[in-house]
Amino acid sequence: MMNEQNKKSKWQHFVDWVNGEEAIEMSKKISFKKIDFEKLQENFEKYIWSGRKKAIFYMLMCVFVCATFIGILLHTVTALPYFGGSNNPASNEVVQRYIENGVEETGATNIVAGMILDYRAFDTFGESNVLFLAVICVIMLLKKDKYNTTEQEQREEQEDEMFDKEDSNTILKRIANLLAPLLFLFGIYVVLNGHISPGGGFSGGAIIGAGFVLYASVNGQQKMQRFLDYKMFVRINVTCLLTYCILKGYSFFTGANHLPNIIPKGIPGALLSGGLILPLNICVGMIVACTIYGFYALFTKGEI
Amino acid sequence: MESVNYIHNIPFISIFLTMFGGIITPLFSKGKLAQKINFIIVCIVGILSAVLLVNVWKNEQSFTFMMGHFPAPWGNELRAGPLEALMALTFSFVMANTLLGGAKFVQKDILPEKQNLYFVMINLLFGSMLALIYTNDIFTAYVFLEINTIASCAIIMAKGTGESIAATLHYLIICLLGSGLFLIGISLLYSITGHLLMPNIQQSIIQLTKTGEYAFPFAVVIGMIIIGISIKSAVFPFHFMLASAHPAATPPSSSILSGLVLKSFIILNIKMFYCVFTIDLIRSLKITNVLFLFGLIGMVVGSVSALKETRIKHMLAYSSAAQIGYIYMGLGLGNHAGMVAACFHILAHAATKAMLFICAGGLMAVSQGSDSIHDLRGAAHRNLMAGIGFTVGGLSMVGVPLTAGFVSKLYFASATIYSPQKMVITLLTLAVSMILNAMYFIPSAIAIWTPVEKRAEYTKPSRRMEIGIGIFIVTNFFLGICYKPIIDMIELGIRLL
Amino acid sequence: MTNLMTNHYEAAAVILFGIGFMNLLLSRNLIKKFIGLNIMDTAVYLFLAAKGFIEGRAAPIVAEGTTATVEKFINPVPSGLVLTGIVVSVSVTAFSLALVQRLYKHYGSLDLDEIMQKAKKEGH
Repeated sequence: MMNEQNKKSKWQHFVDWVNGEEAIEMSKKISFKKIDFEKLQENFEKYIWSGRKKAIFYMLMCVFVCATFIGILLHTVTALPYFGGSNNPASNEVVQRYIENGVEETGATNIVAGMILDYRAFDTFGESNVLFLAVICVIMLLKKDKYNTTEQEQREEQEDEMFDKEDSNTILKRIANLLAPLLFLFGIYVVLNGHISPGGGFSGGAIIGAGFVLYASVNGQQKMQRFLDYKMFVRINVTCLLTYCILKGYSFFTGANHLPNIIPKGIPGALLSGGLILPLNICVGMIVACTIYGFYALFTKGEI
Repeated sequence: MESVNYIHNIPFISIFLTMFGGIITPLFSKGKLAQKINFIIVCIVGILSAVLLVNVWKNEQSFTFMMGHFPAPWGNELRAGPLEALMALTFSFVMANTLLGGAKFVQKDILPEKQNLYFVMINLLFGSMLALIYTNDIFTAYVFLEINTIASCAIIMAKGTGESIAATLHYLIICLLGSGLFLIGISLLYSITGHLLMPNIQQSIIQLTKTGEYAFPFAVVIGMIIIGISIKSAVFPFHFMLASAHPAATPPSSSILSGLVLKSFIILNIKMFYCVFTIDLIRSLKITNVLFLFGLIGMVVGSVSALKETRIKHMLAYSSAAQIGYIYMGLGLGNHAGMVAACFHILAHAATKAMLFICAGGLMAVSQGSDSIHDLRGAAHRNLMAGIGFTVGGLSMVGVPLTAGFVSKLYFASATIYSPQKMVITLLTLAVSMILNAMYFIPSAIAIWTPVEKRAEYTKPSRRMEIGIGIFIVTNFFLGICYKPIIDMIELGIRLL
Repeated sequence: MTNLMTNHYEAAAVILFGIGFMNLLLSRNLIKKFIGLNIMDTAVYLFLAAKGFIEGRAAPIVAEGTTATVEKFINPVPSGLVLTGIVVSVSVTAFSLALVQRLYKHYGSLDLDEIMQKAKKEGH
């Protein structure tokens, strides 16, 4: 019986193929092969051993590719403009306007802040969106749902919470509770002065976020949840980014259509100056602070 | 004070509208509401793009749009012409239709509490694709490339099963490799030219090639940027990431990924050719030949791998790899006609592959979720519309006249006239690839129409899916019959690029 | 060779990039793979920062009461690009580590090959 099937004529093959039977036959054959494959997987170690030569070949290829790559790039580097030279192609009319007219045109004495939040603000808007996307992705992946939690984990977490409550590590708590407000204060300072000194939304936000992480890790997440739970977290993120989107949308729209811009630039160097840069820095700062804390909370507990 | 030209604001409004939609979506806790809003936004963008397309096509012009108060070398800029508008229109059309047809899958496959987040991803993904189409600034392109990467990974993993997450990781690593190369490429380019906006870079490149300065760094930069983008668009040796990503994702995600995301990178590549490096430089560096070679290999290898597959989604994934090969072959021909054919194939494949994935999902849903072709026998009788859609899509992939796939293959073949040295091999590979396509699409189409005795119960396909597939089928025939004006638009668009 | 010595920052950046690249390709452990990726990104920032530097000039923050001239300050553009790049790389790293954590919970392994095999097995 088997022999007869195997000795199908070519015509028969063709008929089967037209009828769609051939694909089915093939699927049977391949699924037969799959059993073999699974057996190999069962003794995984052995499989690796037999694939040793292949692995070494792959490794050598990688090293070769990377070495060639580094070689090409090093050769490129030798042909590039000199390091630290003042006549590099990059020092052109673009940089000249950023530096010489930047203070007047953006109202920010920190030229980098003026550049990223006014001249090239679309990039920075994209960048804040990347951060937002990342936090949403992490929520999608790690926020507890029926796929990613087991009973054992839940038990462990309950133990953790007990530990948080009963642990009376007074020195640690006292010092952390002292430090956290200082961190917040410093972060706020960095955010607010982003347009007149080094710093800005991203760096300041990261400092505030670090303060949140310190506070939450010492006092337990439940205490943190009293003022920053999941709903609040989403709301802050969304509101800040929406404000950003609307403010920048307004600025782009008026700019591109040569409409008058009603936002005052202020006196450069003062705290309330720089037009939209200060509110944008505050928005970005809040987003970053929440995001940093959100990463911490989701990675450790899977809850915010 | 001049009056506001609203037409010129369309690219900006489309991008900001989708971003706005994406940002606001986490506030809606219901997936269905998020879906509706998402759908409305995509439709609005589609209408706006159509208006823009009609306008730029009539006036035969392209324009730049200042993002902010500062003109070209200082501020960011968007750029729109017929090609960009046509792509934006196609993307929003396919997106809207996929969401219409695939709504049920999203509701079924993704946990209810995380459905709204899925639509955040879809919105931002769409926004980033629009930004990649319209941008006139390479650093903006990098930022949106990363948004695109993260969002496309997110829609693969949205299903939440172990398999889908493993596939996402694989996809992510390859994508990050591509964007790493792209990033170092643009840093090198910036250090040589001192600009980030495409027209300014182009000017300084033209000057530098005249004087012959920095010849070697240029070659390296071009190589890295083009390779980086090509890796992300799953060109031949990197097409394996598709094979694991598509089957693991929910059907609308696969549709969007294969139909649109990969295409947005190819469009970026075309923009790099024309707006940054100039096509003459690309040709003189033989970059086109490399792309041509990988395109050809991809066509054959993709089809052969698809032929071996017995599971429908794997088969479609490999078929996507083969179709990407077609597009790169068109780019690699290095002449105007080849570019036009490649652009048309982008449209044709976007419409066809999105439909095929939705149909495959529909057929699987009435066969107890199994994806082996064996189990799909007779599925077309249980879900008639999906069966018709799958058959039409398959015929279009093979290149039967009156379908979209036929037109692009016709134009590929006629484009070879302008590159005589590549003519024989192109035609030969086209023929082989068409036969291979027929060899795997026809048996599977026959299999789904083979009647079987009634099996276990299944739920009737939803009306929305049938409408979505119906629109896709009409579009396919429309592209296959009334292709002339579209080809004209593409030609004009590439000339104005 | 003298050029290489003048451009030593760029050379170091490029070598770091290569190391990161190799790590990404060779490491089987996922965490190490992503460390490699971070090294790659950091190398690019070093490169950009080096390209922005100009001998003898200050960071671009205009002191009160002075006028800004090009001769005083370094190129601010690369600083801005680095800032954007850092945020992007933080996001990507967080995302990939979240993926790794999820995979580790599911498959109990950090080895990419092993995870892929197990995932394949699960798919059938």
